[in-house]
Amino acid sequence: MAKIPKASEMAATLSHIPPQTGWMDTPTEFKQGRWCYGAKAKNMEVLGLPNPRDWSPTDADWKLPSNWKEIILEGLRERIGRFRSLRLFMDICVRCGACADKCHFFIGSGDPKNMPVLRAELLRSVYRKEFTTAGKILGKLAGGRELTEEVFKEWFYYFFQCTECRRCSVFCPYGIDTAEITIIARELLNLVGCNIDWIAGPVANCYQNGNHLGIQPHAFKDMIEFFVDEIEALNGIRIEPTFNRKGAEILFITPSGDVFADPGTYTLMGYLMLFHEIGLDYTWSTYASEGGNFGFFTSHEMMKRLNAKMYAEAKRLGVKWILGGECGHMWRVVNQYMDTMNGPADFLEEPVSPITGTKFDSAKGTKMLHLVEFTADLIRNGKLKLDPSRNDHLNVTFHDSCNPARGMGLFEEPRYVIQNVCNNFHEMPPNTIREQTFCCGSGSGLNTDEFLDMRMRGGLPRANAVKHVHDMFGVNTLSTICAIDRAVLPPLMDYWVPGVGVAGVHEMVGNALVMEGETERTTDMRGEPLAGMEDSEDEDI
Amino acid sequence: MSLENVLDQKREEFLIKWFQLMVDAYPAETAKFLKREKNPFANPVGRSIHEGISGILDLLVRGVEHGKASEFLDRIIRVRAVQDFSPAQALAFVFDLRGLLRDVLVKEIDEGGITADELALFDAKVDELALISFNVYTACREKLYEIKVEEIKNRSFRLLQKAGLLEEISETREESGEKGGDQ
Repeated sequence: MAKIPKASEMAATLSHIPPQTGWMDTPTEFKQGRWCYGAKAKNMEVLGLPNPRDWSPTDADWKLPSNWKEIILEGLRERIGRFRSLRLFMDICVRCGACADKCHFFIGSGDPKNMPVLRAELLRSVYRKEFTTAGKILGKLAGGRELTEEVFKEWFYYFFQCTECRRCSVFCPYGIDTAEITIIARELLNLVGCNIDWIAGPVANCYQNGNHLGIQPHAFKDMIEFFVDEIEALNGIRIEPTFNRKGAEILFITPSGDVFADPGTYTLMGYLMLFHEIGLDYTWSTYASEGGNFGFFTSHEMMKRLNAKMYAEAKRLGVKWILGGECGHMWRVVNQYMDTMNGPADFLEEPVSPITGTKFDSAKGTKMLHLVEFTADLIRNGKLKLDPSRNDHLNVTFHDSCNPARGMGLFEEPRYVIQNVCNNFHEMPPNTIREQTFCCGSGSGLNTDEFLDMRMRGGLPRANAVKHVHDMFGVNTLSTICAIDRAVLPPLMDYWVPGVGVAGVHEMVGNALVMEGETERTTDMRGEPLAGMEDSEDEDI
Repeated sequence: MSLENVLDQKREEFLIKWFQLMVDAYPAETAKFLKREKNPFANPVGRSIHEGISGILDLLVRGVEHGKASEFLDRIIRVRAVQDFSPAQALAFVFDLRGLLRDVLVKEIDEGGITADELALFDAKVDELALISFNVYTACREKLYEIKVEEIKNRSFRLLQKAGLLEEISETREESGEKGGDQ
């Protein structure tokens, strides 16, 4: 009998024989959907970043400065001196492989250079070649690799395929934080002008106008007032938020994504309703109108610059402390860096809930409290009237966002709040939640549409766990406490698990909150009928 | 014994070989991981391949139902549609079924236990699966483009609304319009 060739052998165009070469000798090909557009000159100029020019990662010539290599190596030398952690991370990895299969991008893409160990090797190999005696003498034999333009381009490709989620670091027996290697690599790339525009644009906007979108103060105020009208239409209650009010007790800051993009807007309505109901003395700021910090994805200095404005505004307004909304990176920056970076915030007071009197030790240093902690405390002290049955149309699971989870250990409070405002809650499998949570696949400034294929790969492990609870328990709502999650999980669900929507925790708080003087609620904040109220619209007619 | 019965008996061998062919499309380190890691939440790609190929094999043994075939093919193709594969590479695994069958049942075929008609029928089923897989692959890619459009729309909708650039039909106009229609 004739041997039938394998389909993969049939024609050269079909053949997909994976590279047989070692990783150092396997060239990187820039494929559509897997890289982000280069930073535009105008955004880099605003920020004073080096080598501003318009360029594309697919151009053969990246228009690097002629001494680019010196700049990068000097930059690396300087950072190895500045950050002891980096020096350790460069030296102590024994390539045991514990991290290798823990990265969502590797799991979803199957590309070995998405293994955290190999991604780190991209930088580490250059470090060995240039900064260690063995590497200088033995070169490749000692794992050293010369920094060429191809190697540099490979850095750009793979360090912008890491979301700095730190899942791999949970499994490293030496405690190597590969996210920090990505952070440093991106700093180095920035030294010669190789950022992506989805980061540089928001950073420039935030620096100029106070938020990533470039929403001007009057527009910011208009938008929030629009939601005030929406709430009034929902339950008859007129809320009167204040803006830039000096002497308010608390400054509230949330990511601008909550202000302009659904479904974050419903979470924002939840904030407004909650603060009104408890009579909180707080103000919004149209200047510190961004909690998120894309500066964090550029350099330590840029992160500091953007974080500083929140504290400068708190000082200007004379508030006692800052309350922060549902955000991811904002909390990583505040919890892990702020105190030693822009601190001490000695002009502020240690947060104390004006409603319950609870003193929040967790925010002692930064004077900035996470809203979920604040709300959990209100519930625990019986200060909220809640009707969880108003969320009975939702069957909920909770996605631990990388930064509040691994960056600050916020595991219990969101679950406590959810279980008090919802009757139907199911956890995803243990190896996909809490400190082992899987990234949304779009964090660290990679939530742009030109990167969609890669985002879908990176989000697969998360979506796979959601699919499990969707199939097993009929879960239809993926709740989360991060604005990037709220923006990127809906398309992720749309692709992998159709039928599952995404909601912020305070959207569900807003649904369940029984407000004094409210009219009868028949719908949730999205205008969807509450369980048992499906016919109420007909009755009205 | 019919081809279906033999295939059912050799199910394990068939699935192991098919799985191997699928993971051979990935670099060696990745193939090793896809085979080794059994936890479905740590290895969703391996999980979807397993579920997909065993479902498809059942259909080949029992008869292809279009709805089911799409579902099982989708488990595999949805992943490959976003990975580093061209459309041809992504769907090659369906066509591999012919060679795989002849490899696993080589003895039975040589001994004449499987007739030419049975083989032709099997090939026809593979063709059918291949045709369905084109639909599935295209639907996956179309979904991605739809998602891109939706993302951009959602990003700008509220801004346009606030900027007063959207003139929406108000509730009252809508109602009076309906009444007008009734009259």
